[in-house]
Amino acid sequence: MPVADASRGKRAIERVGCASCHTIPGIGWPKGEAGPPLHGMAERALIAGRLANRPGILARFVRDAPALVPGTTMPAMPLSEEESRDVAAFLYESGK
Amino acid sequence: MLDGWPPPILDPAGPDAWAIATLAWVLLAMAALVLGVVLAAMWLALSGRPELRARLGGTKAIWIGGVAFPVVVLSLLLVYGLSLTRTQSAPLRGDEMRARVTGEMWWWRVAYLDQQRRPVLHDANELHIPVGRPVVLELESGDVIHSFWVPRLAGKLDMIPGRRNIIRIQADQPGVFGGQCAEYCGGPHALMGFVVVAHPQQRFDQLMRSRLARAAAASATPQAAQGARLFQSSGCAACHRIAGTPANGLAGPDLTFVGSRRTLGAGILPNNRGTMMGWIANSQAIKPENRMPPYTLLPGEDISALAEYLEAQR
Repeated sequence: MPVADASRGKRAIERVGCASCHTIPGIGWPKGEAGPPLHGMAERALIAGRLANRPGILARFVRDAPALVPGTTMPAMPLSEEESRDVAAFLYESGK
Repeated sequence: MLDGWPPPILDPAGPDAWAIATLAWVLLAMAALVLGVVLAAMWLALSGRPELRARLGGTKAIWIGGVAFPVVVLSLLLVYGLSLTRTQSAPLRGDEMRARVTGEMWWWRVAYLDQQRRPVLHDANELHIPVGRPVVLELESGDVIHSFWVPRLAGKLDMIPGRRNIIRIQADQPGVFGGQCAEYCGGPHALMGFVVVAHPQQRFDQLMRSRLARAAAASATPQAAQGARLFQSSGCAACHRIAGTPANGLAGPDLTFVGSRRTLGAGILPNNRGTMMGWIANSQAIKPENRMPPYTLLPGEDISALAEYLEAQR
């Protein structure tokens, strides 16, 4: 399995527009307010208030949130498996 | 930022843009050459040998370097520049495809015109054109001065209230070409982008046929669907039109084909379920001061349903 790459993750975040809903440290624009801000992801106990905060789970969650948390407003996003791991890596690194 | 944004300004994909880019490079090269000559003369004047310095200050050097050189170079450049860009002001044939693009704070109203120059199809923020054929755009403004600029396809032209300016664009290859309002128009002017999509002729004809058919028919989404009901009850329809439904608002962008658009928010966001929901819920956080209010009172399931409904409008 290739190593997750935070800088590729940043490009993926920009390509699909995660920041339309989330304010994300390291992303200058936009600073969306529809969903929670994503500061300090590395220190959080839970993802979406429900899932254990582990890299593999965060990667699956950013790609297909409704599959892990039925009823969540966050939709599945057009990310590949590899991109979703990169996105998780960026979220852990940028918000430290 | 979107892929391919901001649009490259010296990467022409059509004849008029090519002439402008070529002229820009020639002017840059000539300016560099003249700067080199001036710097060499300055070096000579300050630290050259005495006889060379004396010659540099003589009448002959002034007549050649100060009068003949600039007159010849500038005259040649003027003739070259005017002939290179003469196609930009060439008369129209009259049978070109026509569309009207109206600048609005802070988006673009698009209408495709028929041969009698009547609007037959309405859209926003995106224009589809055939490859290899000139397309004439009638540029107008609904409020303040904007400027239409798709740098890979043509030069810039202002959109002035009460006037109709004409620009010709052409793409010589299929592709997606970004544009940007180039005249400060207040608030989120910097977030007023535009997209031109060039298709091979056959594909373009197909697209127009299917869109004309869609615009003339009822929406395929039943009006009983949750998203369709919310579009009416939440007030969306007061500003947005979706052909073949009761939604007939004209203040904001036409959403008949919003599901197939490349971008949201006027050329600034990718178009997917997530960005659509973020835009509906609170577009003010994305594009501050734009004229759509935030819908922070809607629960998540309503925003999902609206986004699903809009995605189906194509």
